[in-house]
Amino acid sequence: MTLTNSSYGETLLNNRLVAIIFLLLLTVGMSFGAKNLYFDNDYRAFFGKTNPQLDAFERLQKTYTKIDNVQFAVEPKPGSNASSVQILSAIEELTELAWQIPYSLRVDSISNYQHTEVDKDDLLVEDLYEFAEELDEQKLEAIRKIISTEPSIIGRIHDPKHRSTAVTATVQLPGKDPMEVVEVVEASRLLKETIERNHDVKLRLGGIAVFNNAFLEASQNDMMTLMPAMYLVILVVTYLMIRSIYATAMVVLIIVPSITFAMGFGGWIGVGLTPPSASAPTVITTLAVADSIHFLVTMFQRMKAGHSQRDSIIYSLSVNGKPIFLTSITTAVGFLSLNFSDSPPFHDLGNITAAGVMAAWLFSVMLLPILMSFVTVKPRETLGFLNNYMGKMGEFISSKYKAVLLVSIFISVLVTAAITRNEINDDFLKYFDEDITFRADTDWISQNLTGLNQIQFDMQSKKPNGISDPVFLNKLERFANWARNHEVVTNVQSITDVFKRLNRDLNGGDVEFYRIPENRELSAQYLLLYELSLPFGLDLNNQIDIDKSSTQVIVTIDDLTTNQIKAWISEAETFLENELGMDTVAAGPTVMFSYIAERNIQGMLWGTLYAVLIISGIILIALKDVRLGLLSLVPNVLPAALAFGVWGLFVGQVNMAVAVVTGMALGVIVDDSVHFLTKYQLARKNDNLSAEKAVVSAFSGVGTALLVTTIILVAGFAILAQSSFGLNSAMASLTAIALFMALVADLTILPALLILLDRKINKSNASDNVVTA
Amino acid sequence: MKSFRIILIVLLSYLFIGSVYASEGKGLEIATEVDVRDRGFGDTTSTMTMTLFDQYGNSTSRKIRNRTLEGTDEGDLSLVIFDTPADVKGTAFLSHTKKSGSDDQWLYLPALKRVKRIASSNQAGPFMGSEFAYEDISSQELEKYTYKYLRNEDYQGLDCFVLEYDPIDRKSGYSKQIVWIDTNEYRSHKIEFYDRKESLLKTLVYKNYSKYIGKFWRADVFEMENHQTGKKTILEFDDWKFQTGLSAKDFNKKSLKKVR
Repeated sequence: MTLTNSSYGETLLNNRLVAIIFLLLLTVGMSFGAKNLYFDNDYRAFFGKTNPQLDAFERLQKTYTKIDNVQFAVEPKPGSNASSVQILSAIEELTELAWQIPYSLRVDSISNYQHTEVDKDDLLVEDLYEFAEELDEQKLEAIRKIISTEPSIIGRIHDPKHRSTAVTATVQLPGKDPMEVVEVVEASRLLKETIERNHDVKLRLGGIAVFNNAFLEASQNDMMTLMPAMYLVILVVTYLMIRSIYATAMVVLIIVPSITFAMGFGGWIGVGLTPPSASAPTVITTLAVADSIHFLVTMFQRMKAGHSQRDSIIYSLSVNGKPIFLTSITTAVGFLSLNFSDSPPFHDLGNITAAGVMAAWLFSVMLLPILMSFVTVKPRETLGFLNNYMGKMGEFISSKYKAVLLVSIFISVLVTAAITRNEINDDFLKYFDEDITFRADTDWISQNLTGLNQIQFDMQSKKPNGISDPVFLNKLERFANWARNHEVVTNVQSITDVFKRLNRDLNGGDVEFYRIPENRELSAQYLLLYELSLPFGLDLNNQIDIDKSSTQVIVTIDDLTTNQIKAWISEAETFLENELGMDTVAAGPTVMFSYIAERNIQGMLWGTLYAVLIISGIILIALKDVRLGLLSLVPNVLPAALAFGVWGLFVGQVNMAVAVVTGMALGVIVDDSVHFLTKYQLARKNDNLSAEKAVVSAFSGVGTALLVTTIILVAGFAILAQSSFGLNSAMASLTAIALFMALVADLTILPALLILLDRKINKSNASDNVVTA
Repeated sequence: MKSFRIILIVLLSYLFIGSVYASEGKGLEIATEVDVRDRGFGDTTSTMTMTLFDQYGNSTSRKIRNRTLEGTDEGDLSLVIFDTPADVKGTAFLSHTKKSGSDDQWLYLPALKRVKRIASSNQAGPFMGSEFAYEDISSQELEKYTYKYLRNEDYQGLDCFVLEYDPIDRKSGYSKQIVWIDTNEYRSHKIEFYDRKESLLKTLVYKNYSKYIGKFWRADVFEMENHQTGKKTILEFDDWKFQTGLSAKDFNKKSLKKVR
């Protein structure tokens, strides 16, 4: 084996030009795929095609107008409030100008709220106010009363206590170009500036369109800040360990084509960049550098021992070829397990990273040796001094293996028990860091105006024109009242409010008639009358379907945790079924995000199982030892559990991204145990050492390398943990903890277990050793 | 030399302004000819089926009867009677088109046995939930727009004037309409509606024109497509009758209640 590998090194160095041309063609060919890459800035990208909540939502959107929107909320100056003439006038101008936002379909605000008034047999339907500055005090009072009481206004576009008021522009994006959202948001920001300048007010921007745009901004933010930080850390750490500027530069020359290859691959398979998939380069950088370090450390050590540079390159390739290949394959398998996730951006992250890891392997064993053969480097002391410490640590562990085992089992049980302290919370608005304006603005809006979670209920009468049926309308009314009785509900938008209002107004304003009309003809004719009176864009298509058989009720609720939202949804669905005999299910982005973690975890249970099986299979084949293979499961699976325990102790809130951590981290974690066990096995078989001595040998042989690569990996994921996107940071933080835990487990529990089990089995062998000693 | 340049600029700008005036004059001329050619029809009745389609092809239909009386001083008078859906059967909509300002509108609600005046200046909202706004199907009075002639263009084998109509009512849902009118018979064949942000909102196509009582052209099919929402409405007219003897008393508030 050594012979084939060293002859591989010889062959490689003798055909440098051919190899370089091959790698160049491969990378350039793959990189053409990058032209297909685009930023996917639609939150719907996080839901797979078969997701039932997405399906329910899309069916709803086919029936009614979409609710993609931009919300402009006014923050009044201290001492003033949102019903001041100044703000009313700003809202008026904003409402007028919001029609200019690209793809806008309708604009809603208190100024164009369609107020109905009756004078004998005249029905007047018109904007609530016009020319705010010319209104007298009496008119203003009347307006203030309406905007603080009308159920379809309060808690939706105006706060009853006048803390804020908003203009909402509904947009329908053609969906042909991902830049449409950017166009909408840019126009909205310009408009915000214009209004702020003209009226001396402060506006805050919310809404689904701005939310979608935040994905793009988060991806770009991460790419701009995390990648440079990543390179800096890699350069510093690599230099500190290798102390060679040349070699450090070469590492960068491995990383760049690996990323190019991977992103090109992503382009060929049609990936859209979302914050998770856009983080792939950072992950690849981390993993690629580990491969190079292994190669370089061995090379320098060999040179230090007096061998020529060329011989050292060939030697390093022969010793590291197999482990680098093995660890790359297991890492790729781990990342491929992300395909079991319910959320496509994680498939993309997994596939791109897997491609990048395999590219990094290829470049480390082909390009790096060639590059190192072109320059002359001096032999250097790498981190040899650490080997001594490692050896001492190995001796300590093997002498106190029982105590080590007991303590680690004790700690493990304690820590893993804390897993249950984790609560799933996919508050999707909180995916974004406070330093992204969208997050700060929506937080403010949710405190001062309206909740940000909209839950839609498609109420079907199942008969054409059935919505006029008083039986159906009374059901709607009961549901709306039921919902309004909940403290957490800030607004319920229901067509019944329109019917009640019309019934009152067409009966001379008699409040007695503020109720559902008693027969269907009345309702239908009121509706016809009302529809004939509405202005452009403010029609009822967003509430009623074309054959008037169904209508949607939109419930806005406060900021709640996912579990609270799910509880509310199931309460609502139970009420609809048991009390009203309706099989309506809740729909909308809030509902989708509430269930995504659950679905993601279910998917990833299989994904993780698949990763464990395949990776264990690879280890079994590599070690050719069933017992060691099974034993390796302990240090490989335990770290993820420990990481979740630590998370439970210190953080306690998890989002859907954590589901992918176990499978993904496993592929990386396993590297350490493979290195350790290979060395241990070698010491036992070739050198015929006792379990204790073999452990010490493994410690001094690979301990340093494990420590160093773990530092790099933890540093890499710690940088990704700084992402302004919550799914990335949660995933990276947990992975970093798991990697650290893996190192600890590989240097404590694994050796202790090896001694405990192997000591008994090889007693005769070991006693022989004692005799000869 | 400098003064020469100034003179040139002045001359050129006169030319430019002149051409704008010319295009406005020609536009108005054509629109006036359209109006003139339809004068003298007296009154008409017809039945109409309105079919609404959503963007996925689901559809729903309703049946309506129309009566129109040609206006003398003011605009036309029109009466719309709803036959289906059943719950609005007998509801009647009366409108008196005005040359300037909002039209007068009344609705008779049989369930309430009352006539209600719609005292709203909103005439740009959808008519019965369709893609037609009231302003799209109400009588097209000359005074409601300013006109600009754009070009001549072939439309389905017919030489057409292409005109821009700019609405005068500031509550109109449109910034402009582009209208194709054939040069032979002065019939409208296609209208493009642009929303307030000047993007194409809807296209209306008139189909199957027939000539009645030897003079007046009426299309049997109006197809309106909304490009922003993908929804569509088709109006199919039937049974056109001209000069049936209707008079102003058939179009007042009192007559509404007795309409059959």
